[in-house]
Amino acid sequence: MDLGKDQMLEMYRAMTRIRLFEARVRDLATANEIPGFVHVSIGEEASATGVCAALRPTDRITSTHRGHGHLIAKGGRLDRMMAEIFGKRTGYCKGKGGSMHIVDFALGILGANGIVGGGLPIATGSALAAVVAQRDEVTACFFGDGASNEGTFHESLNLAAVWKLPVVYVCENNGYGEFTPMRTVTSVTDIAVRAQGYGIPGHVIDGNDVLEVYRCASEAIARARAGEGPTLIECKTYRWEGHVVGEQAFLGKASYRSEQEVAEWKTRCPLIRFEKFAAESGKIGVAELEKIRVETAAELEAAVKFARDSPLPDPAEVTDDVFSG
Amino acid sequence: MAQTTYIQAINQALGEEMERDPLTFVMGEDVVLSAFGATKGLVDKFGLRRVRNTPIAEAGFVGAAVGAAMAGTRPICEVEFASFFYCAMDQVCNQAAKLRYMSGGQARMPITFRCVYGAMGGAAAQHSETVYAQFLSVPGIKLVVPSGPADMKGLLKSAIRDDNPVIVFEHGALGGLREEIPAGDYLVPLGQAAIKRAGEHVTVVAIGAMVSRTLRVADRLAKEEISVEVIDPRTLVPLDEDAILASVQKTNRAVVVDEGHWRGGAAADIAAIIGEKGFDFLDGPVRRVTTLDVPIPFSPPLEKAALANEAKIEAAIRAAVGR
Repeated sequence: MDLGKDQMLEMYRAMTRIRLFEARVRDLATANEIPGFVHVSIGEEASATGVCAALRPTDRITSTHRGHGHLIAKGGRLDRMMAEIFGKRTGYCKGKGGSMHIVDFALGILGANGIVGGGLPIATGSALAAVVAQRDEVTACFFGDGASNEGTFHESLNLAAVWKLPVVYVCENNGYGEFTPMRTVTSVTDIAVRAQGYGIPGHVIDGNDVLEVYRCASEAIARARAGEGPTLIECKTYRWEGHVVGEQAFLGKASYRSEQEVAEWKTRCPLIRFEKFAAESGKIGVAELEKIRVETAAELEAAVKFARDSPLPDPAEVTDDVFSG
Repeated sequence: MAQTTYIQAINQALGEEMERDPLTFVMGEDVVLSAFGATKGLVDKFGLRRVRNTPIAEAGFVGAAVGAAMAGTRPICEVEFASFFYCAMDQVCNQAAKLRYMSGGQARMPITFRCVYGAMGGAAAQHSETVYAQFLSVPGIKLVVPSGPADMKGLLKSAIRDDNPVIVFEHGALGGLREEIPAGDYLVPLGQAAIKRAGEHVTVVAIGAMVSRTLRVADRLAKEEISVEVIDPRTLVPLDEDAILASVQKTNRAVVVDEGHWRGGAAADIAAIIGEKGFDFLDGPVRRVTTLDVPIPFSPPLEKAALANEAKIEAAIRAAVGR
């Protein structure tokens, strides 16, 4: 693996941006400062970061309802993201998408998606476009364990396999679909074994180890770019927060996972893991990581201020952008 | 000038537009061999990279068309029979229709969907339905229903060049219909109705296959000096409301004829627009001639009983003019 120090620091920066952004969004949602449903990805920073670090700027991704991390990892601006979550006209989608639908097409992000499994055929089609247009581009498709039970998973992987499309399917398996344990609704323990059914490679990896994610994604992306077809990568990970911010309002006193389980997964924190690696490597100093945390905190403060100070959309904009032209 | 069939018109439009734009490609079930002839021969000219047989997996390949469009190509996606859209409703209604709006105008969605709709004799309910009404209340999709070869060619070419999702509905019983098509790069803009026959006593808004049937009825009634104006909206979204209302203002009577169902259909939608915006022009109620609210039956006498037909059109026109 030919990862330079600068690249590693950039990966740490991406994970830090995701962590701080998500924690802030959670707090703002809890304080009722932002409308709608908010799904945060604290604990899942490494899969988004490791995959996007292995992509080129001209490569594309599709994302999910839990998509802030993917956007940030692909280079999304925190201020325009935060403004979108606030429903402001300066947001990436002019306030028409919100938390579940922030996108920046200029960065090759073809959509977060409110429909579980909705992004799978879209990513497949994005890869098809590269073949039709004869362009050297790869698409990475993020989806969850829940989406792997949708029909679109089967239809997409089959299509990509028969057409040898340049796409990498990245399943972030966090063990739960909403409040239902994945093991109670899924026929296999490892989703990656389903790759065999399509005659494509499938890998189970530690989704909290950004370097392992990067390594595995790099190989799959190279394979896709070489015209050898799709790969399915399953990143085992965990969401520290609930399915949706404020879920206790739905659950009442019920719970669907133990405090012990959450605590155990927190010991596998992707950021602390990287910090340990950095310390052991001897190449990255503590001060360099601290500098990134300080810079990111300042970037986030500016983003929140930008979002708060930005204007709401004019009601007259309600009919804009239904159609092009 | 040579006569061209409805199917040949589709084939010409596809060939010309694929020639014109190298990022245009065809995908769908059996498009290489071409079950109905619409895509016949395209593979010889454009190769398998741009003429792609898909698995029978509508959600998968319709969704792939959505992704391919957003990634900079211009897919023409064939969904064989219109009822198969039900297998891909998320991809059409949640994704193709909404993503431009939801992304604040970032997404570009130049997809043309083609499908065969309508009763063609004994195909039963899952291969005979007129399904465009299902998409009428999903903002973000354009709906095109050509009634003959010239309109088919001109509208399909415009649909392919459009940067929005467009569904072009091809009636399964019109494949052999012949007509002269103007030479050259013939385009019909989306959103412009056609007055297929000028008349004075009643406006009949007829859609798709109902246009030629209404024209035959109008010919017969002309012998009794009942003068029927036949308007073909040609596209349901966008809808040329001005042309319809101007005609009703002239004739003061309106009948809407569609092969779709009575409740919640295109006829109901257009009748409501006439009723709301053209109330002062009307001398009587807006009448609808549609298919009964039953699934299209298989057996010929049952199918005939269910469908809108010339006798029902004639009866509605006579009721409207009181003769």
